[in-house]
Amino acid sequence: MENILEIKDLTIQYRADNRIVEAVNQLNLTLGKGESLGLVGETGAGKTTTALGIMGLIPDPPGIVTGGEIIFEGEDLLKQNKKRMRSIRGKKISMIFQDPMTSLNPVMTVGSQIAESIRIHERCSKAEAATKATEMLELVGIPGERYGEYPHQFSGGMKQRVVIAIALSCNPELLLADEPTTALDVTIQAQVLDLIVKLKKEKQTSMILITHDLGIVAEVCDKVAIMYAGEIVEYGSLEQIYNHTCHPYTKGLFGSIPDLDSHVKRLSPIPGLMPDPADLPAGCSFCPRCTCACERCESENPQMIEVETGHFVKCFQIGKEEEHV
Amino acid sequence: MSELLRVEGLKKYFKTPKGQLHAVDGVSFSIEKGKTLGVVGESGCGKSTLGRCIIHLLDTTDGKIFFEGKDITNIRKEDLKESRKDMQMIFQDPFSSINPRMTVKSIIMEPMVIHNMYGGDKAKQEEKVLEIMDTVGLARRLADSYPHELDGGRRQRIGIARALALEPKFIVCDEPVSALDVSIQAQILNLMQDLQEERGLTYIFITHDMSVVKHISDDICVMYLGTLVEKCPADKLFEKQFHPYTEALLSAIPVAKVGARRERILLKGEITSPINPEPGCRFAPRCLRAKPECFRKQPELKELEPEHFVACHLY
Repeated sequence: MENILEIKDLTIQYRADNRIVEAVNQLNLTLGKGESLGLVGETGAGKTTTALGIMGLIPDPPGIVTGGEIIFEGEDLLKQNKKRMRSIRGKKISMIFQDPMTSLNPVMTVGSQIAESIRIHERCSKAEAATKATEMLELVGIPGERYGEYPHQFSGGMKQRVVIAIALSCNPELLLADEPTTALDVTIQAQVLDLIVKLKKEKQTSMILITHDLGIVAEVCDKVAIMYAGEIVEYGSLEQIYNHTCHPYTKGLFGSIPDLDSHVKRLSPIPGLMPDPADLPAGCSFCPRCTCACERCESENPQMIEVETGHFVKCFQIGKEEEHV
Repeated sequence: MSELLRVEGLKKYFKTPKGQLHAVDGVSFSIEKGKTLGVVGESGCGKSTLGRCIIHLLDTTDGKIFFEGKDITNIRKEDLKESRKDMQMIFQDPFSSINPRMTVKSIIMEPMVIHNMYGGDKAKQEEKVLEIMDTVGLARRLADSYPHELDGGRRQRIGIARALALEPKFIVCDEPVSALDVSIQAQILNLMQDLQEERGLTYIFITHDMSVVKHISDDICVMYLGTLVEKCPADKLFEKQFHPYTEALLSAIPVAKVGARRERILLKGEITSPINPEPGCRFAPRCLRAKPECFRKQPELKELEPEHFVACHLY
């Protein structure tokens, strides 16, 4: 399959008060055309920073992309000038932000916010853009008559639909959805997820879905990448990650979710806390919380190993078992 | 088993410029000692208001609250202080519910000072604070830290420690884990279960997360727009739901398993306004199986199977 996006050794740091916060460390990721990838991790794992890096929206200062490449359709996004990035952003790559309450402009009608992005990227008259914007509204399930209303007149779920309409208005090749349903109730979340999946299929868009909810990933994605402390610790297909979980952190994540179908008396959480990204351990970053860590884990950072075709794990313990076999 | 708390026809209306907002509208239930009652529902269904009314952070409009058989609905202020020793609350947001200018030790000690515990003996109180910190898993060295130095999980432990300071019998937990990451959430849930076993605590556990509520509760109440729509033991609810809203709610939960996707009931529209609600079932405008009757009369809570109560005209 053709790759639409290839990230190689991406490193992003935030610098403040003589402290260097390593938000993303040597991240490698590929995304095939039409695929949806779930990027899973806890707060501070660097998921959003990665997405902002792809969009070229890292706030500078304090953020700096210190190394790596982001190859999108054959060109390195990190080497493009600002003008070129502006024409890619919103047209070829667009993003759905986490909080629909703050990502819309409160003093612009929702219709004109959708029309704005169409006018920027496509050569068309105001009237044409307005017609297209109305179509987009109806596509996401909002009656076209509400074109002239302001964000405060909509509920949370409706606002998120507007954000989705803006993101999809120029038929992007790649959609970055950053926790698109976290701020919503479950029944509304179900509506919005169904909408995203339906539109993605219709428009053949590739997608990176950022979330901390393994349930959403299971429903929407084909590939999964588990992120911890700025690195991808496990990567593979949905089936590989969920049924042949390898990395201790991923196992810990699954152990932390209460299961609806079976009855467990106690959960098995991961002990301890995420390391401070300004002071990462020398070896494997998960080592201090890992139950099967050895001396080597403390001093040396493990490499990605391919345990089966397309299933990568960043852990010494996995390689060891293989050797014994 | 003895009953610890009983609520009868509890109502809480708020006045708004547009009319009466029916936040809680005639909710009745009871909790036995040492058990956990889970209250689930979506935002705006009145679950937090219900918790706040029980603990008397809000006055009730109508209805009765009994604690250990005593009517505490219109309790006098002096008696309220006394009864607060038995009833405490854990708040949702560990970032805004604790005073940023107080140290961890003084935050946990404050309720003891107010209630003059241990005869006002400061040394004894301090000793107790350190004991409680051990219980909730806060290192003693953090006693003189300020909340901003700690992460969300630790801050929520402070919230729990403060609720435990008076050795209450009953705690209202208002979304205690929703602001936390999954791995930390699991730690806190385990802690709360351990405390319940050790001290025989009774919880009302308010949350919007169905898997969390199933895990921790003995009984579950499902709320929709201020009304109780279904109530039954936790395991039963996930086997069989009667109310169309509960069905839709459960089918909407994404399951973390490959190919486990269930038949999803997609609800049309969104939660309707609780201000001056129409007569009839609150859920009727979104219900896929609504009958004309549903728009006329509000359904009563009926016991369809032993211990399984449903408020719906379909049954």
